[in-house]
This record gives sequence, structure tokens and C-alpha cells, in this order.
Amino acid sequence: MSINKEQDFGTPASVSSQLVTLEIDGFQVTAPVGTSIMRAAASIGIEIPKLCATDSIEPFGSCRLCVVQIEGGRGMPASCTTPVAEGLKVVTQNQKLADVRRGIMELYISDHPLDCLTCSANGDCELQDMAGAVGLREVRYHPVETHLNAVKDESNPYFSFDPSKCIVCSRCVRACEETQGTFALTIDGRGFDSKVSPGQNQGFMDSECVSCGACVQACPTATLMEKSVIDHGQPEHAIVTTCAYCGVGCSFRAEMKGEQVIRMVPHKDGKANHGHSCVKGRFAFGYATHKDRITKPMIRASIKDAWREVSWEEAINHAASELRRIQKKYGKDAIGGITSSRCTNEEVYIMQKLIRAGFGNNNVDTCARVCHSPTGYGLKQTFGESSGTQDFDSVMKADVILVIGANPTDGHPVFGSLMKKRLRQGAKLIVADPREIDLVKNSPHVQADYHLKLRPGTNVALITAFAHVIVTEKLMDETFVNERCDVESFTKWETFVAQERHSPEATAAVTGVPAAELRAAAKLYATAGNGAIYYGLGVTEHSQGSTMVIGIANIAMATGNLGRDGVGVNPLRGQNNVQGSCDMGSFPHEFPGYRHVSDEKTHRQFEAAWQAELSWEPGLRIPNMFDAAMDKSFMGLYCEGEDIAQSDPDITHVHAALRAMECIIVQDIFLNETAKFAHVFLPGASFLEKNGTFTNAERRISPVRKVMSPLAGYQDWEVTQMLANAMDYPMNYSHPSEIMAEIASLTPSFAGVSYEKIDRLGSIQWPCYDEASVGTPIMHEQTFMRDDGKGFFMLTEYVATHERVTPKFPLILTTGRILSQYNVGAQTRRTDNVAWHSEDRLEIHPHDAEDRGLKTGDWVGIKSRVGETVLRALVSDRVQPGVVYTTFHFPESGANVITTDNSDWATNCPEYKVTAVQVSKVSQPSEWQAKYQAFTENQLDLLALGAQHD
Amino acid sequence: MKIEILIKMANNIGDFFNAESNKEIAADGVKKHILRSWDPRMRREIIAYCRQDGTALSDLVRKAIADLDPV
Repeated sequence: MSINKEQDFGTPASVSSQLVTLEIDGFQVTAPVGTSIMRAAASIGIEIPKLCATDSIEPFGSCRLCVVQIEGGRGMPASCTTPVAEGLKVVTQNQKLADVRRGIMELYISDHPLDCLTCSANGDCELQDMAGAVGLREVRYHPVETHLNAVKDESNPYFSFDPSKCIVCSRCVRACEETQGTFALTIDGRGFDSKVSPGQNQGFMDSECVSCGACVQACPTATLMEKSVIDHGQPEHAIVTTCAYCGVGCSFRAEMKGEQVIRMVPHKDGKANHGHSCVKGRFAFGYATHKDRITKPMIRASIKDAWREVSWEEAINHAASELRRIQKKYGKDAIGGITSSRCTNEEVYIMQKLIRAGFGNNNVDTCARVCHSPTGYGLKQTFGESSGTQDFDSVMKADVILVIGANPTDGHPVFGSLMKKRLRQGAKLIVADPREIDLVKNSPHVQADYHLKLRPGTNVALITAFAHVIVTEKLMDETFVNERCDVESFTKWETFVAQERHSPEATAAVTGVPAAELRAAAKLYATAGNGAIYYGLGVTEHSQGSTMVIGIANIAMATGNLGRDGVGVNPLRGQNNVQGSCDMGSFPHEFPGYRHVSDEKTHRQFEAAWQAELSWEPGLRIPNMFDAAMDKSFMGLYCEGEDIAQSDPDITHVHAALRAMECIIVQDIFLNETAKFAHVFLPGASFLEKNGTFTNAERRISPVRKVMSPLAGYQDWEVTQMLANAMDYPMNYSHPSEIMAEIASLTPSFAGVSYEKIDRLGSIQWPCYDEASVGTPIMHEQTFMRDDGKGFFMLTEYVATHERVTPKFPLILTTGRILSQYNVGAQTRRTDNVAWHSEDRLEIHPHDAEDRGLKTGDWVGIKSRVGETVLRALVSDRVQPGVVYTTFHFPESGANVITTDNSDWATNCPEYKVTAVQVSKVSQPSEWQAKYQAFTENQLDLLALGAQHD
Repeated sequence: MKIEILIKMANNIGDFFNAESNKEIAADGVKKHILRSWDPRMRREIIAYCRQDGTALSDLVRKAIADLDPV
């Protein structure tokens, strides 16, 4: 293994299909029109010296180190900014050029510390490389005034800014602008005083910097350097793997020293991220080796007992025997399992196989239940496939972008940056969200054309009003509808949405969105060219989540915004493997590939392959499991990678259900909230410790590679396999590639997927129907995936949620996430990301705050019909009057103490986004929080006791 | 399982299919949805409730559940 540095071509690739041929240093080279001479030269192995150029950002032409001479041309143009042209004859090396370059380098080095041997960039410094390349042997200048004593900025927890080493090449400034789109950096001052400045001459942490790392990546010197490299030195080998945070699924090079991760560097060839990253994937990997990791199996008889560390064999045998005991006592259907979108495809697949074939029932569910299960239902019904339609790059062809109930710059930041790039190029933007997300007007050079600030819970009224405008103003794409869709269903839908009661004027009182605004937005979506819809949990986590997904699909079909680049319906998945965990058959009613358990052909196929009799009946969904536990008909649970005791709604009910069960087996890397109710703890492996694949929101299957040994000795798929064998259901895989081979053999849309192909292509987007296929970036290009190949329209009647505001509960609480933290926070809370967000707060509008005598920082009690918790207030006009908002990253916040059991009609996805509450000033934590603290302290004591007895 | 939860779930399903003007088609939609997504113990309980009382169910849902085969 080696570090295998990625080649830097100096400037971005041209997308032109027109080619020209020229000569560089006597060698012929053919390149697309628009390619720089620098890049064309690099493509044939001629490295032109450079400092201010790098291929992730547009050329700038400031350092002049890359000058060349062109036959018949004047002067010495910069090769980074000079495009290729037919017949050019370019010289990159001669004495004149060498003299110029050496002179430039001499000037740079005259104001640069000569501490190469002790510099953190030693071995990875472009300035050092260029000094060598130009043959710099002496520096004749000894300026009186230099920048050598400039003060370091160490405020960012992950990287250091040492201006004494800055050459003011502006690569960081341009990366912040072009790649990230934050514009946090600038060059302040002129001439000698020029310097890189975060914000208004602020420290990095006080500026708008979002710590994405693009500037660090772009820096050619040690000016911006990861603190981990400063502490440990340069990495010596790199392994490409896939991020375990959000559904963007960024590709990273884990740069290593032995088994220690030195840094995670976004992979240039990653097709989801193209070399970009966010603060989580780039820097927040320290949780993998955090002191809280539990690396030994443990068991206990009751949650009042101390944990006892045991061997793997004892733990697995105990778990198996308990599950069988419960089945004997309460029946075959009294046990089940919950998988997680944090697991790999292979882990999820064998987990659901164990449950269906080993447990003998279909009581398997996944955390997508509580996030995107309505996406699965809605898109399957309308398009015939439970997935988004586009690749991420498609957004660069969109003319109008409709963002509904999503916050890409916080939840899916790398894609958010790509979207912002397109918006800066001029694409129109419509945001439908109760809250003012950054895209509305808080991102530089991006502003929504329309912000439809709807009342939480009225999505379906809004989307049906959209449809009303499209139909009544004749904005449909009739050709698309007639050729591609089920016309009978369209006609029924057209008549339905055209009713006056669905007009923007009639629904404005419900949605709170002015009719004229909604009309204008609907017209813009339907007429601006390529219309692309991106949505998130603000769509799905409602009592009508599935109806809203259907409504979105309806308007996309009606306007013909499907089946080509730049359009589509794109669910932004919260976790890294939401798409994959659903694909792998982790819903209780579906085998892998979204085929119902009662479908005879599929059922028989799996029975034959798995050598087991399988149940024809759907199993319990997660919330049904809790209800059944209270009823003593569900008494044993195997939970891998999911923290239901924090993440699920009406948490008091969840905790009661967990206490009611006789055996809970938790497989996780930490003693998470659910593990505090567990009887068996099986230590899991982080994404750095295992092999497998993740499937991101664009259906891209990417490799997860083991870069370090599992701290507990086993990869998670091995643990599940041991449990299966202990339960007398044999599994004998020796590598996850064998599991993927089985998936491919049993799932038509994965037929052509293999590890060999993923390794060869880097990643692959399903469907991939055969060996020859290289995947499908855009779905439904010719036909939809339903049996008849037609898109199907469905009626979307608005039904108000049961959760109503009253004088007692006059405000609506809605929830979301923040950039620096991730879901239940189990990972990010154990990193320095807490420097940005160390507690959940309640955002409240100034009017509502004033009514209650609240100011920012006050402790406020938030009371709903089911519970009460206390957070600190953040007075903000990002929320509208009558709406309050919080994140849910910290268990002690108890956000789910107040959320209710209301759920989506089709899938039981919880209605996290609408809870009627009252808010008032308080001086102490809630009763629940006091109990939570005592319970947690007790459980940590029981954990410590177990370790002492070891 | 608490019958109130199952009644609420069933009525929510009914609310979606109620948009269909042909109530035979609507009831069939409710029936198929429950059949395809509810665990047998849940179906057993809602069927039993529907037969014994059923007053808390909407007309459409009652019609759909009456048509469900016993589990």
C-alpha cells in the first residue's frame, strides 16, 4: 500500500465534446475545447509548475509560475488560463521560462519560513515541490518587513491557520466560494498587506466558516493544515471508502499510519461528492476510537443488574437461547429485529434473512420506518420503484429547483453546495418550508424566488393547490402524460385537483401561503424548463407523509419533469444507507427489491435459496412492536445500530415497551440509549472497521472498506452470522462479497452488481440488471417501473392532522437537524463538533417570545399532550409566529418526550414535524429530564461495575 | 394491542382512500392496504372489534374490514 496521491491536473476538466489537437513540448495531445494548456499537458504526463492552480477550482492566473511560450504568440501566457486550440505549439520548458519561474519562487520564499524539516507539510508541500522543480538554490532578497511573525489562528478544533506560511494564492478563498459556496474567506488588504481573512478579519470560529475543509484541501502549503497531521505527521497509505454520515454518501480517502486514521480526505473521483466534504465526514471521525467504545460482549439478567463482560461465545449462545426461550413461551412471532441505515447493505441483508428464515417470522423493520418509509410507499405506487429518480449531478441541469421540507445545506451539505453552485449560475429556487432555511436568503449569492412559508401539517393542501394551478392554467405536458402515464388515473386526478376547493385561494386559509405566491411558484415550476424537486423529512414525517410524496410525484408527471437530466423527484435521505437498508428487504412486508412477502414467485424463490419455510404474512413495524410488547405478544428484540430509545416518538411509551420485553439484544459501538434497556450487548464495528457497501440517495452503491481492525474483534455481519448459527440457522459467508453475490442472484435490480464491478467502476447506481450494465443514473427514461410501464396518478385529499393547536397548546413544534450534528448525535457528540452545537435549543419567534417574557438563553418548558421537557430558548425570526423548532441531537433534550404517536396513514412514519405545545419560562429541568439523568447515572454505574468484575 | 391505536390507524387509511368517489374501489383499497401491511395479530383484533362493535370505525373502513378474511 502507498499514499497514492491523486493527480492534480491544475484546472477542471472541460465537458465539451469537441476536440482539438495541439503539440506540447513536441508531443501531440488531443483535448476537449475549453481545456487549459496546463491540463492538456498534465494529461500526457507533462507537469507544468504551478501554485495558484488546482483542478477543483477555476483557474486564476495569479502566481505566474505556470507560464509557457506558444509558437507565434507574444509573451509568456499562464498555461492555467490559456485554453488549448487546434494546431498550437507549446513549449513548457526553456531557459527563459526557467529564469522567470526561479525568480517568482525566489520572491515567494523570501517571505516564507525556512523550517521545512519541522514543518507539518514536509513531504506534502507544493511550495517545497515547486522550489525543487524550478531549481531554486538561493534567495537573494532579505526583506526588512515580512509576514513571518503573523499570529496563528487555532480556533478551529480540526485545522490550524498559520498566516506566516501563506503565499496568498487565493486557492482557499476560491474553494470556499466555488466548491463550498459559503464565501467565508476573502483577501483583505492590498499589496504587501494582502492576507487571507475569515469573515471580517475574524478568527475562523467567529466567521461564517462551516469547516467543510475545502480550504484545507486546496492549500498548497502548511498554512491551513489538519491538526491531526500536525500531531501525528504525514500518512503513509490511503484506502478509499465511503462516509457513514448522511445520504450523500461521499467517497473519502482514509489516509492512514498503520491502523490509525490520520485524516479523511474527500476523494476526487467520488461520483457523489467530486472531492468535496462537510465538517462531519471530513473531520468528525474521532468517535470511532472514543473512550466510550465498548469492545467486549456483555450480558445481564435484568436492567437493574450490573453488566457482566463475557466471551463472544457465551454472549451469542445466551442471546440465541433467550430468543428461543421466548419463542417457546410466547410463540414464534414474539421476537423480531430492527436494522439501521447505519449498517451496510450486507449487514442488513443477513439480518433480515436471519429474522425471516431463522426466527421464522417477518418481524423485521428498519429506521427508515421513522424517516423515509412514505417515500418507499409513495414512489412505488406512482412510479413503480421506491427510489429517487436522478443522480446528484442532475441538479446542474435544473432550471428551477423546488425544495420541500428539506434543508440541504445542513442535512446534506455536500449536495447543498452543488445545488448552491447551480443556483449561483441562475437556476430559480422555490422553497416550501415553515422555517427560513439557509437557502431562502442566508446563503451568499443565493436567494429563493419564492419561500412558501406553510403551516406545519398542511403539505398536502399545498401540493394539491400546486396541482390545481398546473391543471387549471393548462401547464401540463400533455404529450408526456399521454405517452408515459396511465391516462385513466390522470383524468380522474385532473378532475379532482381542478375542483375549486383545491385552489390556492381556497387553501390559503389552511396553509397560510398567500394564493398569489403559490400560483406564481406553481407556474414557475411548470414553465421554467427543467423542474427538479428535492425533498426531505419535512415531507415524510407527517400523518399524510405518503400522500405528500404521491402529490409530488403527481405534479412531476403532469409537467413531464421526469426521465431526463435536470428534472426528477429526489428524496434526500437522512442517513448514509437509508436507500440501501430499504432495498435489502428490511421492511416487514417486503423481501429484498421491494417484493411483497406474499408474492408467490418471490416467496418460493427465497424459500428455495434460504432453505427455510418463510412466513407469508407481514410482520410488525417498529411502533407496532412497541404496542405488541405492552400486550406481551412481542417480548424479544435484536436491535443493530439503531437507537430507538432516543430516536422514536413518544419516548415514554417506547421506554415502557422496552422495559416490558424479556430480552433485548443491542449491537452497537456505544452503550446507546437503547442499550440501557438491554440484556445482551454485542459490540459493533464502526464503518472504519468493516467491509461492505452503502447505497446513497441517488441509488449509488459504494464500497465501505476496512481500514483498521474491528476493536471488538468482529465485523457486524460476522456477529449476526454467529447468532444465526447459534440459533441453528446456518450461515457460512467468508466475506461480504459473498453476501452481495447472493443479493444479486435473488434481486432483479441488483443482478449485475458485484464487488468486482464496484471496485472497477468505483461505485454503481442500481438498477443494474445484468453483467454488462454499468448502472442507471436517471430512472424512468423510457418507461416507469410499474407492471404496465405507465406512471400512475393518485388522489391526494388533504386531511388535517389529529394534532391540533388549542388555547392550552397554542404553538406547533417542528424538528430538524443542524450541520455539525448527526441524528441522535451518538457519533458527532463524541467529536469536537460540539464546538458548534453543544445543546439543542428551542427556536421561537420574537412575538411568541415577547408574549411569554422570553429572551435567548432562558430555560423554557415545552409541554405537549404527551410530555414535557426543558430547553434553552433561541429567539429567532427564522420561525414564523405560532411555530417553534428544535433539533434532536442530544438525548437529555428529550425532544421525543413531547412528540406524539400520530403517524403516516400508509407506513406509520411518525409525525415528528407537528406537535402542539405550550412554552413557558422555567427554572429547572423537567421531571422527565430529572428521571432520565438518574436512570443514565445508574446505568453507567452498572456498566462500570461490570468492567470492574472482569 | 390497544384497540384505540388500531382504530386510529384504520381510520387514517380510510381517510386516504375516501378521496375515491367509487366507494367499492375505495373499500377495496383499504382492505388491500391492511391485508398487505398489518401483522396478523393486528388484523385479528380489528376484525374482532369490527364484528363486536365497530362504531368507532368510519363507514368505509367498517365496510373494508367486514370483507377481510379471518386470520
